Amino acid sequence: MDTLLGFLSLLDSTFRLATPLLLAALAGFYSERAGVVDIGLEGKMLVAAFASAAAAAIYGSAWVGLGAGILASLALALLHGFACITHKGNQVVSGVALNIVALGLTAVLGNAWFQMGGRTPNLPADARFGELTLPLAETLRGVPLLGPIYYELVSGHNILVYLALAIVPLTWWIAYRTRFGLRLRAVGENPAAVDTAGISVTALRYQAVLIAGVLCGIAGSYLSTAQGAGFQTNMTAGKGFLALAALILGKWKPVPTLFACLAFAFADALQTRLQGVALPGIGEVPVQLIEALPYLLTVLLLAGFVGKAIPPKASGRPYVKDR
Amino acid sequence: MSAAPPPVSPAWAVELVGIDKRFGPVHANRDVTLRFAPSSIHGLVGENGAGKSTLMSILYGFYEADAGEILVRGKQVDIRTPQDAIRLGIGMVHQHFMLVETFTVLENLLLGHEGGPVLGPAMQRARAEVRELERQFGLEVPLDALVSDLPVGVQQRVEILKALYRGAEVLILDEPTAVLSPPEVEQLFRILERLRQQGRTVLLITHKLKEIMAITDRVSVLRRGQVVAEFITAETDRQALADAMVGRKTSLSVDKAPSHPGDVLLSAQNVNVIDGRGVTTLKDACLNVRAGEIVGVAGVAGNGQSELLEVLSGMCRFDSGTVTLKGQEIHPATKYDAADARRRGLAHVPEDRLKLAVIKEFPAHESAILGYHQDKSLSKGWRLNWKQVVAKTVSLMEQFDVRPPNPNLRTSLFSGGNQQKLVMAREMEREPDILLVGQPTRGVDIGAIAFIHRQLVSLRDRGKAILLVSAELDEILALSDRILVMCDGEIVGELSAAEANESRIGTMMAGIKDAPVAEGVPA
Ligand SMILES: Nc1ncnc2c1ncn2[C@@H]1O[C@H](COP(=O)(O)OP(=O)(O)OP(=O)(O)O)[C@@H](O)[C@H]1O
Ligand SMILES: [Mg+2]
Repeated sequence: MDTLLGFLSLLDSTFRLATPLLLAALAGFYSERAGVVDIGLEGKMLVAAFASAAAAAIYGSAWVGLGAGILASLALALLHGFACITHKGNQVVSGVALNIVALGLTAVLGNAWFQMGGRTPNLPADARFGELTLPLAETLRGVPLLGPIYYELVSGHNILVYLALAIVPLTWWIAYRTRFGLRLRAVGENPAAVDTAGISVTALRYQAVLIAGVLCGIAGSYLSTAQGAGFQTNMTAGKGFLALAALILGKWKPVPTLFACLAFAFADALQTRLQGVALPGIGEVPVQLIEALPYLLTVLLLAGFVGKAIPPKASGRPYVKDR
Repeated sequence: MSAAPPPVSPAWAVELVGIDKRFGPVHANRDVTLRFAPSSIHGLVGENGAGKSTLMSILYGFYEADAGEILVRGKQVDIRTPQDAIRLGIGMVHQHFMLVETFTVLENLLLGHEGGPVLGPAMQRARAEVRELERQFGLEVPLDALVSDLPVGVQQRVEILKALYRGAEVLILDEPTAVLSPPEVEQLFRILERLRQQGRTVLLITHKLKEIMAITDRVSVLRRGQVVAEFITAETDRQALADAMVGRKTSLSVDKAPSHPGDVLLSAQNVNVIDGRGVTTLKDACLNVRAGEIVGVAGVAGNGQSELLEVLSGMCRFDSGTVTLKGQEIHPATKYDAADARRRGLAHVPEDRLKLAVIKEFPAHESAILGYHQDKSLSKGWRLNWKQVVAKTVSLMEQFDVRPPNPNLRTSLFSGGNQQKLVMAREMEREPDILLVGQPTRGVDIGAIAFIHRQLVSLRDRGKAILLVSAELDEILALSDRILVMCDGEIVGELSAAEANESRIGTMMAGIKDAPVAEGVPA
C-alpha cells in the first residue's frame, strides 16, 4: 500500500510538473507547424509568469493574473510575428532576443514595482489557482486500488492541469480534423502551396503565433500562480527549451509530445525524490548530478534514441514570393 | 505571321490587354495582348526569360501587373490574388508543383476549398465530387496516398485535378512535360484533349515544339517580354516557330561529323549499387566511353541512370565492380569523391541543377566556381581572390552567352536555361578529358539547346569522352555516337547511331531486350 501511495504521489507530481512543459510545447506545436520556429517559448512564459503574479498580487485574483499573463505573452508573440512574418526576419534571432528581453524586463520591472529583489509578493491562497477535489473523491477513497488512484492522482489538481491535458486531444482534433488545422500544417510544409490555393500565408502564421502566445501565457501563469505563489527572477529556468525538446522528441505531433513532456516531468519528480537518498550499491549521489537528470535525459533522447525527427519543411524560413 | 482567325465562339475565354510588368531593371512583360478562345488549347512559346511564366502568374494573381487589363468571358476583372483567379475559374499547374508532400492527395485537393470549418463531412462530399471529375476527364489518382510517394506524372495529375476541383474553366500549364516520361506525356495530352472537348481552355507553355505541333490549336510567341508572332498551329511548322522565337533563322539540327573514337577513357565493369532499402538500383553495369565520342544513355527516368552518373562522378559509393578512369582502377574501397574525380580530369554536369549544381541563393559568381574554389588561379594565399572570381565568371558568361551577363545577380533569378549554361560553362571550361552530363537541356529553350548541343559536339571533336544521360530521346538521337538503353537498373542494350531510331529505343526502354550488349563488355 505504501509503495502504491509513494508511486501515486510520484506520478501526481509528474503531472504537476508536466503541465507548464505541455502548455509551452503545444504553443510550440502551433507555431512550428505553421513554419515559425519558436525559441522564444521561454521568454513568453517568463513575462507571463511575472505579469500574472504581479496582477494577482495587486487585484487578489488568480483569474485576473491569468488574463494579465496571457496578454503579456501575446505582446511578445505579436512582436515575434511582426519581426518574422511581416518583416521576414530571422526567427531564431528574434526568439533569442525575446528571451533576453524577457529576462531583463521582468527582473527590472519586478524590482521597480515591488522592491523585493526581483520577486513579487507571496500570493495568498485565494489569489492562486487552488486544488480542485473532483466529485466523489472522498467517498471512493476507500475502494481498493481505483480509490487511491482517483483520489491521489486524478483528483486534487488545479484547473490549469486539467486544462492543459484537455488541450492535447483538442489540439489533435484541430490539427487533423479541421480546416484551420489542414491549413496550419500546410503552411509549415509548403507556404507556396497555401498561397497559390488562395489563402493568406501571413494571416495563417499570425494566427498560429498568437495561439502560441495564449498557451505560453497560461504556462507562465501556472508557474507563478498555481504551482508557485509568486514570481522569482528567471523562474522558468529553461522550461521553455525543455518544452521545445519535448516537441522535437514528439516529432511535432501532439500526443507523442504529451508523452515526451511526461517523461521529462517524471525525471524531474524523481530527481527531487532522489536527493539525499542513498541508492543501493551506489550510495548517495551528488545533488548536482541528480538535478541534471532531466537535462541528461533530454540530451540522450535527442541524441538519437527516438530516430530521426523531421521538422516541418518550411519551418524557419520566412515566406517570400520567389523562385 | 498569319492573321488571327475569327474566334470560334463569340466570346473569348480570357483576354490579356496591354499587360506590362517589371522586376526592377528587368522588363519581363511589355504591352502584351493575347486572347484565348474557349474549347481550345493555346500554346505559348519563347526563349528562357521571355516572360511566359511571369505572364501566366499575372493571370493567376500570383504577381500583379504594373499596367494592363484582364478580361474573363468578356468582362473586365481585377485579379490581385490567386483567390480572385480561382473564383473566376482560372487554375494553374506551376512549373514547380505546389503540393504539400506530407499530405494525402485528398488533403491537397481540399486545401483552400474545404467547404466548412470541420473536415469530416466535407471530405466525404469531396471524395464523391473528385471521383466524378476523375471519371469525366480520365484522371486516375489514388486519393489516400501520400503525395511524396507518388511519381511525378501522378503528382501532376493531382495538380490538374486540384485546379478542376476548384472549378477551373481555364487551365494554365507551365512546362508540364519537362519532368514526364514519353508515356506520361501521352497520357497528359489525352487529358488535355478531354478538357478541350468539354469546352475548357488550356494554356500550354512548353519548350518542345513537337508538342506544340501535336496538340495546340493556336500558338503565340513571346520574345523579350513581347508578343512577336501568333500562328494557327495547322498553318505553321517547327522551323517557323523557332525562327520567330529566336528572331532570326535558326538551325534545329546539330551538324555532326562522324566520330573518330580513340582510347577508352572511362569504363565500368559489373558495377552494382544497392540502396539503403536493399534494392539493387544499378545492376552489373558495364560500359566504355572512348576519347572523341558521345555515348548516350537512354531510359525512362528512375531506371538507374542517376545512380550510374553518381557512381562515375564519385558522388555515391558502389558495392561491387570496377570503374576505370584513364587507366586507373577504382574499386568500392578506393577513396574516390567528387573532388578526386575533378582532379583526375572528370567533370560532371548533374541532372538536377538546382539541387546539385548551383546554390540558388548565391550570386552567379559564387555558383560559377563551385567545385573549383580550391583552384590556385582563384585564390590569394588562403583567401579567395574575388576580383579574379568575378572576372572568370564574366568570361564564362561571355563564352556561353549567359543572359543577363551580370556576375552579381542571384543565381535563382536567372532563367533555367541560363543557369544551365553557367553550369556547362563551369564544367567545360577546364577542358576535362571526360565529361558526364545529365539532362543538359531540361527546361531549356531551343536556342540554348542548340548552343549547348554544339558545345558538346565541339568538345567531342576536341577528343574528349562524353557520357550523356537524357530522358529526351530526340537529344540522345541527335548527339550520341553510341546509345546505351537502361531499364530497371540494367543496361539492356546498345545501339550504334546508325541503327538507332525512336521506336527501337522505345521498346528497349520498356525492358524488351533487342541487340545483345556488344561494346559494353570488356574483352
Ligand atoms: N521574382 C522575380 N524577381 C526578379 N526577376 C524576375 C522574377 N521573376 C522573373 N524574373 C525575370 O523576369 C524575366 C522573365 O522570367 P520568366 O520566368 O517569366 O521567363 P520564362 O519565359 O518563363 O522563362 P523559362 O522558359 O526559363 O521558364 C526573366 O528575365 C527573369 O529573370
Ligand atoms: Mg518559366
